[in-house]
Amino acid sequence: MIKNYTVSAKNLRAAANACYSKSKHGLLAMFANDERQIHGKFAIYCLFDGRNPEEMLSVKALVDDQEAPEYPSLTPIIPAAAWFEREIHDLFGLTALENKDLRPLVLHENWPQGLYPMRKDFAVEAVVPEAHKDFPLAHAHGEGVFEVPVGPIHAGIIEPGHFRFSQAGETTFRLDAKLFFTHRGIEKIVEGQTIEQALFSAERICGACSVSHALSFCQTVESISKAIVPERANVIRVIVAELERLYNHIGDVGNLCAGLGFSVGTSHGARLKEHLMRLNDAVTGNRFLRGMIIPGGVRYDLSGGLIEEIYKTLKRTESDFREVVGLLEENDQFLDRVNTTGILPFQAAKELGVVGVAARASGVDYDLRRDKPYSGYAWITCNVPFYRSGDVAARLWVRVDETLESIRIVRQMLERIVLTQTDLAVEIPPLEPYKAGIGWSESARGGNIHWLMTGKDNTIYRYFVRSASYANWPALPVAVPGNIIPDFPLINKSFELCYACLDR
Amino acid sequence: MLKILRKIMMTGSVTQNYTENHLAPRARGEIAADGPCTECGACFRVCPTGALRLIEKEVSVDHCACIFCGRCVEVCQSGALRQTGNINLAELSGQLEQAGQSLKKRIMRTLGRSLAIRHLDVGSCNACEWELNALSNPLYDLQQYGLDFVASPRHADLLMVTGVVTRNLKQALLMTYEATPSPKLVMAVGACAASGRTYGTSYAIQGRVDEYIPVDIYVPGCPPRPQTLLYALSLVMDRIR
Repeated sequence: MIKNYTVSAKNLRAAANACYSKSKHGLLAMFANDERQIHGKFAIYCLFDGRNPEEMLSVKALVDDQEAPEYPSLTPIIPAAAWFEREIHDLFGLTALENKDLRPLVLHENWPQGLYPMRKDFAVEAVVPEAHKDFPLAHAHGEGVFEVPVGPIHAGIIEPGHFRFSQAGETTFRLDAKLFFTHRGIEKIVEGQTIEQALFSAERICGACSVSHALSFCQTVESISKAIVPERANVIRVIVAELERLYNHIGDVGNLCAGLGFSVGTSHGARLKEHLMRLNDAVTGNRFLRGMIIPGGVRYDLSGGLIEEIYKTLKRTESDFREVVGLLEENDQFLDRVNTTGILPFQAAKELGVVGVAARASGVDYDLRRDKPYSGYAWITCNVPFYRSGDVAARLWVRVDETLESIRIVRQMLERIVLTQTDLAVEIPPLEPYKAGIGWSESARGGNIHWLMTGKDNTIYRYFVRSASYANWPALPVAVPGNIIPDFPLINKSFELCYACLDR
Repeated sequence: MLKILRKIMMTGSVTQNYTENHLAPRARGEIAADGPCTECGACFRVCPTGALRLIEKEVSVDHCACIFCGRCVEVCQSGALRQTGNINLAELSGQLEQAGQSLKKRIMRTLGRSLAIRHLDVGSCNACEWELNALSNPLYDLQQYGLDFVASPRHADLLMVTGVVTRNLKQALLMTYEATPSPKLVMAVGACAASGRTYGTSYAIQGRVDEYIPVDIYVPGCPPRPQTLLYALSLVMDRIR
């Protein structure tokens, strides 16, 4: 249930503060919407989660751009709002007053001043001239201080991002990142598209979170249309969501070993992941589980042979994975590198609204599967492992524990699936225009929150995606300073932040 | 240490021959358009990337733009379209195809039987990246073919480019191509790089890779499977006759 509050721009901070103090996990998302076609004004939405599982609080502030395209910043009271406000400034040209850092975030130096692509009067096919502005990055001065620029094209097979390290010797004491290189403008593209068309783009926001994004997207549609997803579809949704978590977590445990040069661990992780990817292929016809989740349910059924195959693969994977983890647990050199490296303190995790593995490793006991159950998660008890040390090791052990928990959840669901004989999907009725819905799901990286407003004729008016990586990226510059620069790849891998999820 | 050795020995060698094609029944490969078509147009309407065209009463599938969602086969009532298990998809073009055998030989003489690959993401969703990563896992073991990923474009013979060209990465694409020494080859990996149509058009997307640099091999897929990538690489290496 969403509790909506509409206020004028000048009252935004007071309203947001009231909701913030009532919420369990603080600010989930903040974004703008050009609603001038509907009522003549822009709107700033702030989403908070409520105390009880079904409750969401949505504060909507109306901004009249004829009067002044501005609103009071929330950053002084809610640090998690900082990047959202920068993004709104870039894409909508609405200024957060009192936010001292409104440097560009999404649009780089090549974007001309004064053009705001997410406004409705900006045509999607408009030709935008190349600009040559500055892109200021945070840096430091002083005797012996030097900078190390890295990226956007990195040495490995990874996504593009630019990092600027301020160094005193080997120790990093400041880090700033220039991101949004893979910004594709997906939120703008889907405006005016039908739900069916937009699903493909939502699924392709990120490869490794395909299920989670598709699931969140479908849930927004289902909440607007009040469609009831059949039980069997919900069981299958949980299974594929957990299969996604499994291949990600096991792959990430392996990749973390690559971050410190322990190639035995890397190889085993990659081997186990490959077997899971093949299982994904068998279950959905795509190695990234794409094409399974559709609005109203799922596309394919799981039957005898496939269920057997999942059981078998999980059994093999579980014992094998436990052995690989055993190699790490008893390896002093390995532990020496991961323990006390890249600490994200509890307070920072809490205030920045960090989610997922990174949050649970820093003592924030929060998991959408348990705290805001969706699909079939309400039927099961979901044990949420959490650690307090906030270092690379904690993030690793959270992943290890969650992997084993995921296997348990899939087994529970496989037992349930034989007992449920319902349809696989329900028809989504025509959607009422200008209705908003929220969908959420816990990906391997944390919660993916989607917000969608319908337009006329079953189309999309506005779509906003707050991915897990969006919430977690600002935490990286907190965890890195104080560590030596060779540990950066390790710390970065332990967060396993996704660039494509953030950039959209 | 002993435990590590024990685990390595117990696991044994897991590397497989990639031509052993164990494709799952549900796996969506090449779409064959060889049945009778009634021109109902249902497949065009559901295709999210416009990969289907009607040419002289026959449906033709542009596999470079196809994202292998399989919707067209689902809606096809007449049985004109059919899902096949063929995943050996790749198209040679540019210098490799046009210049014929002599240039091809010259390139191969210069590069030898080994090829240094550099990956370049110009706006991908990370799926193609993970499949490129998978090539180095023990099951595919890319290095056994004399191929390897290198850390810098200056060491590379082949650029494997993934993603639609975004506004923010156009410069990186041009500079990386410039930094790669000649003779060089470019592979457009996946539907985004090969067709640029995966998401549609926006202020942030600037099209497909061959609008900016010459592309020699196009590899369809969303993302292409590791076997498809190995097939494409071996096509480059002239290992498939």
